[in-house]
Amino acid sequence: MTIAVWSGALEQGLLWAVMVLGVYLTFRVLDFPDLTIDGGFTLGAAVVTRFIIEGLNPLWGMIAAMFCGAAAGLVTGFLHTRLKIAPLLAGILTMIALYSINLRVMGSANLSLLRMETALTWIMNLGFNKACSAIILGAIAVIIVVIILYLFLNTEMGMAIRATGDNEQMIRTLGVNTDTMKIVGLSMGNALVALSGSMVAQYQGFADVGMGIGMIIMGLAAVIIGEALVGAKSLLRALIAVVIGSIIYRLVISVVLQIGLPTTDLKLFTAVIVTVALAFPVIKDSFRTKQMMRRVGNVEDTKG
Amino acid sequence: MLKILRVSKIFNPGSINEKVALQNISLHLQPGDVVNIIGSNGAGKTTVLNVVTGACPVNAGAILLKGQAIQSLPEHIRAAKMGRVFQDPLMGTAATMTIEENLALALRRGSRRRIRWGITTKDRALFRERLSLLGLELENRLKDKVGLLSGGQRQALTLLMATIATPQLLLLDEHTAALDPKTGEKVLKLTAKIIKAFQLTTLMVTHNLEQALQFGNRTVMMHEGRIILDLKGERRQRTSVKELLALFQQASGKTMDCDRLLLAK
Ligand SMILES: Nc1ncnc2c1ncn2[C@@H]1O[C@H](COP(=O)(O)OP(=O)(O)O)[C@@H](O)[C@H]1O
Ligand SMILES: [Mg+2]
Repeated sequence: MTIAVWSGALEQGLLWAVMVLGVYLTFRVLDFPDLTIDGGFTLGAAVVTRFIIEGLNPLWGMIAAMFCGAAAGLVTGFLHTRLKIAPLLAGILTMIALYSINLRVMGSANLSLLRMETALTWIMNLGFNKACSAIILGAIAVIIVVIILYLFLNTEMGMAIRATGDNEQMIRTLGVNTDTMKIVGLSMGNALVALSGSMVAQYQGFADVGMGIGMIIMGLAAVIIGEALVGAKSLLRALIAVVIGSIIYRLVISVVLQIGLPTTDLKLFTAVIVTVALAFPVIKDSFRTKQMMRRVGNVEDTKG
Repeated sequence: MLKILRVSKIFNPGSINEKVALQNISLHLQPGDVVNIIGSNGAGKTTVLNVVTGACPVNAGAILLKGQAIQSLPEHIRAAKMGRVFQDPLMGTAATMTIEENLALALRRGSRRRIRWGITTKDRALFRERLSLLGLELENRLKDKVGLLSGGQRQALTLLMATIATPQLLLLDEHTAALDPKTGEKVLKLTAKIIKAFQLTTLMVTHNLEQALQFGNRTVMMHEGRIILDLKGERRQRTSVKELLALFQQASGKTMDCDRLLLAK
C-alpha cells in the first residue's frame, strides 16, 4: 500500500469522523435511527459553499452549517415527539424536504469552490500541502468535538440523554422530559453531521446535491467497525472507537478501490458490510442454538 | 395525602379491543399509610399505579396529591413527587450506565437537568452510604455498569433510586415477585426499613397474601377493575389468610381462579 492510500484514508477518515460522531450520538446514544443525516450532510456542504461563494468567511460558513444542521434535527425531533411520527419516517420526511432546500441554497445541483478561499486554503497558506492541511483541519475538528461530546455526555443533561436512549420509561419516572432530550440529541447529532459536510465540501472543492446519500449507512459501518476493534467499555473509549472506525472504514474503501472495485459499487459494498455486521449476532445465536440442540440430543441418546 | 376519586380507565375505547381496566375506583391515603394491593391477574393493580404516575392518562375522575389535582399533568412533572419500582427488575435502571450514574439520575428527580457536572464528589459519598445499607457490597462498585448486576441487585438499586430524592409517595409494583425467595425477602426487609426511615406514604402491589396482611397498615383487594375490599385497623389484624381468600370469593362472587394467589400462601 502506498503512502498516498494511508494518507487519503486518514484525511477522509478524520473529516467524515465528525459525521460518524453525529451518527453515534443519534443511533447509539439516543437509539434513534435518524435518516435526517443524509440530507443534513449535504445541507452543511451547501451552506458553507454558499457562504464562500458570497465572499463570506468560511469559518462563519461552518458555524452557520452547524446551526442549519441543528435546525434540521430539531424538525425531525418535532415531527417525532409532537406529531408522533415514527422515527424512520420523521427522518425521511426531513431528508426529502432538505433535498429541495439544499437545491435552493445551492441554486444548482452542483457548486464548485475552485480557486476560492476556504478553511483548507488558509491552512495550506501556512505552508502545508493539501493532504497535511486536510489532516490538520480534520484532527482539530475531531479533537474539539470528542472533548465537548465527552464533557457534555457527563453533564446532568447529557446523562439524561443517554438514559433516554437506554430506558425511556425509567428516565421519565425520574422526572425527565424525554421529548426534550430527544430533540436536543437530534439537533446536536445533525449539527455535527452538517459540520462534517461543510468540511468535506471544502476538501473536495465542491458541493453536490447527492453527496449525502447513504451517509447514515456509512456512519453506521464506521461505528460498528470501531466498536468491534476498540470496544465501548467506557464513554471516552466509545468516542475514540468511533473516530478509529471512521479511519479504518476509509482505509477498507481505498483498498477495495485499489483492488479494482468500481467506484459506483461502493454503496453496495458498504450496505453488504453493514448487513453482515448487523446480522452477525443473529447468525452467532442460531449457530449456538444448533450446537446446544445437538448436545441435548447426545444426552438423550446416552440416556436411552 | 393521595386521593383517587372516581377514576376510570378504558384501554382502546370504541374498538373491539376495548378493555375497562379501572371502573370508577376511589381510594384515599392518609400521610404515612402503607397500603398493600392484592388481586388476581388483570385486576387492574398495575393500572392504578400507572394512572397515579401518569404513565397512562385517566378517562374519568380525579387524582389529588396533597390537595393538588395532578390527573392532567404529564408523567415527568408528577415524577418530582413520586418514586416508583417496577415489577420487572430490568425496567427501573439503565443497563448501559454505571451504578453511580443511575443513582445520580435518580438523585436529580424533580430538578431541571442542566449543563453542569452530572455527578459530584459529594454525591458519591451519599451513594456509598446508601448502597452500604443494602448489604450487597455495591458501594465498592460505583463504576460498574448496571447491566452486570443480578435481578435482585438491580431491584434493590431501583428501590434506592426511587427513594434517594425523598418522594411524597412511593409506588411499588410486585417488586419482589421476579426475585428468588431469599433475595425477595431481603429486598422486602429493605423496603420496610426505607419506608420507616423516611416515613413514606406507600402504595405496594403484592401477590403474597400473608405479606399483604402483615406489611404496612392497610390491605386493599381489587377485582376486575374495582376495589372490592379495604381492610384496616382491628378488622385487618383479626383477618387470617384463609379468611382473606374467603372474602375474595364472596366479594367477587366467584371461586378463586387464580393459582398464583393460592400458591403464594
Ligand atoms: N397498555 C394497555 N393496553 C391495553 N390493555 C391494557 C394495557 N395495560 C393493561 N391492560 C389491560 O388492563 C387490565 C388490567 O391490567 P393490569 O393493571 O396490568 O393488571 P394487574 O392487576 O395484573 O397488574 C388487563 O386486562 C390488561 O390486559
Ligand atoms: Mg401487574
